[in-house]
Parts: sequence; C-alpha cells; structure tokens
Amino acid sequence: MPSQRDDSIAHDTVAPVHIAVDRAHASQPAGPIKIRARDVNVFYGDKQALFDVSLDVPENSVTALIGPSGCGKSTFLRSINRMNDTIPGCKVTGRIELDGEDVNDRSIDPVVLRARVGMVFQKPNPFPKTIFENVAYGPRIHGIATGKAELEEIVERSLKRAGLWAEVADRLHQPGTGLSGGQQQRLVIARAIAVSPEVILMDEPCSALDPIATARIEELIDELRNQYCIVIVTHSMAQAARVSQKTAFFHLGKLVEAGPTGEIFTNPRDSRTQDYITGRFG
Amino acid sequence: MTDAAIPTAASLRQTVEARLKKRHAQEMRFRLYGRMAIIVALCFLALLLGRIVTQGYSTFVDYRIAVPVYLDPARIDKADPTGANYDMLVAQSILTKLGEQDDDLGEKSGKVMEIMSNDLGFQLLKMVREDPSLIGKTITVTGPVKSDAALYFKGQIKRSTPQDSRKLDDQQLDWMDKLKASGAVTSGFNVSFLTNSDSTEPEQAGVLGAIVGSAMMLLVTAVLAVPIGVLAATYLEEFAPKNRWTDIIEVNINNLAAVPSIVYGLLGLAVFSNWLAVPRSSPLLGGLVLALMALPTIIIATRSALKAVPPSIREAALGVGASRTQTVFHHVLPLAMPGVMTGAILSLAHALGETAPLLMIGMISFVPGVPEGFTGAATVLPVQVFIWENASERGFHERTAAAIIVLLVFMIIMNLAAILVRRRFERRW
Repeated sequence: MPSQRDDSIAHDTVAPVHIAVDRAHASQPAGPIKIRARDVNVFYGDKQALFDVSLDVPENSVTALIGPSGCGKSTFLRSINRMNDTIPGCKVTGRIELDGEDVNDRSIDPVVLRARVGMVFQKPNPFPKTIFENVAYGPRIHGIATGKAELEEIVERSLKRAGLWAEVADRLHQPGTGLSGGQQQRLVIARAIAVSPEVILMDEPCSALDPIATARIEELIDELRNQYCIVIVTHSMAQAARVSQKTAFFHLGKLVEAGPTGEIFTNPRDSRTQDYITGRFG
Repeated sequence: MTDAAIPTAASLRQTVEARLKKRHAQEMRFRLYGRMAIIVALCFLALLLGRIVTQGYSTFVDYRIAVPVYLDPARIDKADPTGANYDMLVAQSILTKLGEQDDDLGEKSGKVMEIMSNDLGFQLLKMVREDPSLIGKTITVTGPVKSDAALYFKGQIKRSTPQDSRKLDDQQLDWMDKLKASGAVTSGFNVSFLTNSDSTEPEQAGVLGAIVGSAMMLLVTAVLAVPIGVLAATYLEEFAPKNRWTDIIEVNINNLAAVPSIVYGLLGLAVFSNWLAVPRSSPLLGGLVLALMALPTIIIATRSALKAVPPSIREAALGVGASRTQTVFHHVLPLAMPGVMTGAILSLAHALGETAPLLMIGMISFVPGVPEGFTGAATVLPVQVFIWENASERGFHERTAAAIIVLLVFMIIMNLAAILVRRRFERRW
C-alpha cells in the first residue's frame, strides 16, 4: 500500500500518551442509532472515493471521523446530507438511513433533509450579510418563524446556544463577515442550529482557527451534544479524543475501524489505526 | 562528480551578480516598452479628442440676428397669410437696416437671404398665422444667421480667400461686418443645437431627435437584453447540466459575441422587419437588433461574475436547506451583481455607439423631429453623425464633430455609471 504523506499527520504527531481520552465522555453509553450507513460507495466520475462503508452513528453524542487527507471522511460526511448531489458526476450507492429512512430515497427532498441535517464547513462561511440575517435566513426560507418577534427569538436563542450572544448582542445588524474567525464559525453554528436540525455535520470546523477559538468551539460541541447528534471530521486526533464518544478511522476510502473513542485510542484492533494514532503512519 | 565542479560561495555570488545586471536591464527595458506604449496610446487619444473638440466646439457658439420687420398689410393677405413671402420681408428689413436700397430685380435681397436663416421667415409666418392682428405692426424677430455667415464670423471663411472660391462675396461680408458692428448680430451659447432635431439647413439642425431616438432605442435594448441575458447566464452557470450540449451552447455564445454587428442588422432586417413586420427605422426595431447584439456580451460577463462568487457561499446556503433557486437568487446572484451590472452597462454603451446594423434596418432616413413613439421613425446619435458627415454643406461638418462630442459625453456618463455601480454594490467577504 503506498504510503500516505500528509502535512497534518506530521502536525498532529502527538505521542499517544499525550492524548488524554476523556473517560467520562468516552465511556458514556451510546444512545439509540440515529444514522445507519450500510455499504456506502461514492464515485466521483470513474474514481471511487468510498468503498462499502457501514457505520452507525448514535443519537446525542459526538462521532469523530478521522484519517489522513483524501481518505474519504469528508465524502462520507457530505453523503449524509446529500451535499454530494451538488458535485457533478458524483454517484452514491448503498443506504444511509436517518431514523430508518433512506436519505437517498426519491421521496426525500434534499432541502428538507438539509434542514434536518445541518452542516458546518471547514472555512467559516457566513453570508456577507448582517449577523441577524445570517441566523434568520434558515428559519425564514423554511417558514419556521411566523412573525418578526418569533424570528428575533429564534435568532437570540440560536446565538445563545452557539455561545455568541454575549459578544454580538449589541451589533446584530453589522456584517457577519466582520467577526473574527472563531466568532464566524460560532455564527455559522448558530445559523445551522436556527433551523432546529437533528444532526449537525462538522467538516474540520477548527482547522482555520487558533487554539483559543478551537477550545471555545470544542466546548460548544460538548454542550450541543445533549441535544443533537453530531458528526465531526477532524485532522486532529487530540480533538477527536477530546470531543467525541465514538471514533471512526478511515483509510484510502475504507472504514478501517469504528468504536468507542476510548477504545480506538487506547486499544485499536487494526494495526493501521494504531500506526495512525501514534503518528507512525506507513 | 569532482569537487572542482561544485562552485565555491564566492564564485557563485560572482555568477549571480554578473547575471543580476542583465536581469535588471531586462526589467528596465520592459518597463520602458510599457511606458512607450502608453505614451503612444495617449498621443493618439489626445489627437483624436483634440481634433473632434477643435472641429466641433464652434458649433456650441451661434450667431443670431435680430431684425425689426414691418408687416406690411399691402404685402400680406389677411385672408391667406401663408401666401406672403416672409423671407423677402425679412431680407428687405435687413437691407433697410444696412441703409441699402433693393434693386428692382431683388438681387440684393436675394444676397441677404444667403446670409440669414430662413428660420426668421418661418417665425414670422408662425406668428402671423397665430395672431393675424400683427399685420400692420412692426415686430422684431431673432433667429440664426445662415451657417456660411456663421462660419465667416467664426473665421472659417476668410476674406483673404479669393471671392470666386468662397460662398459669400465681398459685399455680403461687408454687410455682415456692419450688422455685427451695429449690434444686430449677437453671439451666444447654441441652445438650438440641443433643442432642435435634424434639418436640411445646417444652422437649424440639432441633436435632440437623435438623443431621444438613442434613449428610446437603448431603453428597448436594456429592457430586453439585460433580464434575458442575466437569466440565461444564471441558468447556464448554475442550473444547466454540464454536458456536450451546454458546451456547444457556450462555444456558440462566445462566437456570437464576435459576429460582426452588420450581420445582426441583416438578421434584424430579415426576421423582425420583414417577417414580424416591426416598422422600419423605429426605435423598437433598432432596440431589438441591438438587444440581440448585446446578449452574448451580457451573458459572458454575467457568467464570469457568477463564477467569481466563492463556492463556500453556495455550500453555506445549501447547507441550511436553501433550494438551488433560493441559493442562486438570495446569495449568488446578488454577490455577482456588481460584475453583472458593469458588464451590462458597458455592453449597452457599446450598443449606444453602434451604427452599422442600424443602417441595415433603415435608420439612415432623414427624420426632422423627435420620434413619435417606439414604432415611429427615428434616428440615433451615431447614425446622425454618419448622415451629417455625408452632407455636402460645410456647416454640417462642424455639427458632425459636435454630435460626436455629445455622443462621447453620453458614453463617458455610462462608463462612469458602470464604475459607480461597481463601487456601490461591491461587497467584501
């Protein structure tokens, strides 16, 4: 197997002893299954990006997808809310069930699906509009709020839940793009929360942030876990260990191993997982 | 490899320094070429603008003559005031003012008519027709002098030229000097150039009809080409599947942008005029043809503006559950708007200056008034320039340059508008 060179691996080469697995989190009993993926294959044109991935994602917990760049973890994440539909030439086979319903079923409208499965991207991408408009956009297009007062309430609640309210309460009508990177990412999380999703997908949400902003987001993820099912793609194994209860390791488009985070980091079954988490990837 | 092949630090620096001079010289040379190119371009621009302005500015000064005319009841029939020869009345009044006596053949008054505009006679006719009680009274009319006379005042017809080679003889020049000295002839800003339409007499010809015609035609073009172009581009860029068909369409649109404009004129003549029976030489027909011509440019500009919108914005909107249409119309298109508007305004400015296709659809006709609606006969600024340039009278040539100045002013206004729109709508993210 060709060796996979990746900067982020070098960057994350932390000795395993330093990865403090939060046992309290990691050993918590997993909730009922929210997302059930079976034999998922994804093709970009002729190139196959995912091979027969089967994974269960429990409710009210954080599931981390780890693995080297190009291993298919983002592809898998984007299949859950059908963001891959927007890529020309992308084909998804297999079943991904959300509460037992196949998301790729013809009866499922991707618009409704994406309201149920929110997404936060790698680079903070607020709309070039005001902070208020950023959060209010989702509820508005889905017709969730019936009036102005209700909309304002939703915006406030979402910003509070995203831990941003205190910082922006007095400047709701200033552009969201004027915030710092970490604030922008929390604004984007507030925007996702505003439509009351069941699942929040996060694609390397902290990779563009400094350590302090990262810590703030991680705290937030931990708080949100009580209400949402969260799936996070991360390059930082330390982050996976800190925030997740379940971890899935992807390599070259295949799901190598998945299990409770504590087990994956302390007692991986597969040698590739072992090599990756110890930074000795070959 | 031996050690000798590896250069020492000192010799390496020497090699680099030797080449450094050459590299600097290269850069200097390139900068010099750039400056020279800009200077040459500026020279030509100055030459072009300078020539237009020096030729045309004199149009904006006009010479007007004021004459008291006795409306002799013996020569104007009260029952039929239109039958009288008002030009003769004016000419004779001018002769009286000059202290000259007309001969029996009316030779002198004929010569006076060569230096005053027949506009004065028309004015009298109009006044008398409206109010016949004026007959028997003396009223003062003011109107332009004949364009040749104006050219003399402006120094473009010179006394030093032999009498046979100029349009006005010495006696006429003497009269004009006398009239000017007496204060009967005054000069001022030529308002009538901007308030009159085309005329067979250069001193009465103006650009109002052409300006209104251009505005109406451009309105038709804008109303058709901008929405259709922007929406077509949006569909092609954001919704259409990327396959061989859309590739063919894209190639064709790019090619259409390069099709000579006269071909669009032929197309318009065949389809709109002959087949759909849109009235010829109307602003509607001209607008339709120019809309066809502007469409490819607007589509190309819009597509590149849409391409420049970062994909993260699309993902953000789709991620919160916006449909494709909502994503495009709430986020992508508004962000592309500065580019779209700039492209649209520039292609409309281009359409404003277009002449060839309009000649094909019969816009070259002489239209002595403001167009009567979108289906009435009209002329437009660039075509007016073309018509005047082809006229034989010298007075029209001056007006050609002046009409070009007016056209250029409109172009500059549109280009400034494009810049302002761009600044106004530009958003940062």
